[in-house]
Amino acid sequence: MSSTFETVAGIMSETADIPRETITPESHAIEDLGIDSLAFLDIAFAVDKAFGIKLPLEQWTQDVNEGKVPAEEYFVVKNLVSRIDALVAAKGA
Amino acid sequence: MRLEYFEMIDRVAVLDLEAGRIEATSTVPEASPVFEGHFPGHPLVPGVLLTETMAQASGYLVLARDGFGRMPFLMAVDKARFREFVGPGDALRVTAELTHEGSGYVATRAAISVAGRKVADAELRFRTVPFPPGLDARMRREAARIGLPRRP
Repeated sequence: MSSTFETVAGIMSETADIPRETITPESHAIEDLGIDSLAFLDIAFAVDKAFGIKLPLEQWTQDVNEGKVPAEEYFVVKNLVSRIDALVAAKGA
Repeated sequence: MRLEYFEMIDRVAVLDLEAGRIEATSTVPEASPVFEGHFPGHPLVPGVLLTETMAQASGYLVLARDGFGRMPFLMAVDKARFREFVGPGDALRVTAELTHEGSGYVATRAAISVAGRKVADAELRFRTVPFPPGLDARMRREAARIGLPRRP
């Protein structure tokens, strides 16, 4: 598994008090791990700091609420990891 | 400072929007119902109200920087330290600086000093959301009361 996944899983575990072994790439942050919106902001803060990026959480939330994008696209861990990798790559481009 | 009305800031002394920094002053009142319980015969400003003071300075900074576009609500307090007692008559210097602007939230580092000695500090985070009805006008009035400069 990627180092990004390991970092994100570690952040989720520590921030939301979730046993690390329960977090897999297929986990849905909200439905499977029970992470609420406030805890997700905590995670976003830690992810922003760890990777030097700005997760566009408000845009994602709007996309999901308007039915433009299924929530899984953003909140399943492996998809979240892919988006973090893309943001990091864009930063370095 | 009017503790029982949660008016924790008296005056904005410095606002640097570009640097994301604010400096404010506030004087602890000589008397307050708060001191009747905290503590009888030994009046001290509670740590939670010092935290609120740092949060309000941070909040005005966020409001000014964002042109009162959204309301910041305190969502997290990290590494709070209350280093010395703060009591009636103390003149506080409250500082806050933006440390991170995320999507839908901001982070600040804030501190309070008295006579050049740091008495409290903390790292704070705020969720920023559209203003609830009526709060926008109220916050603008409060900002005017404390002399928060308007954006040029």
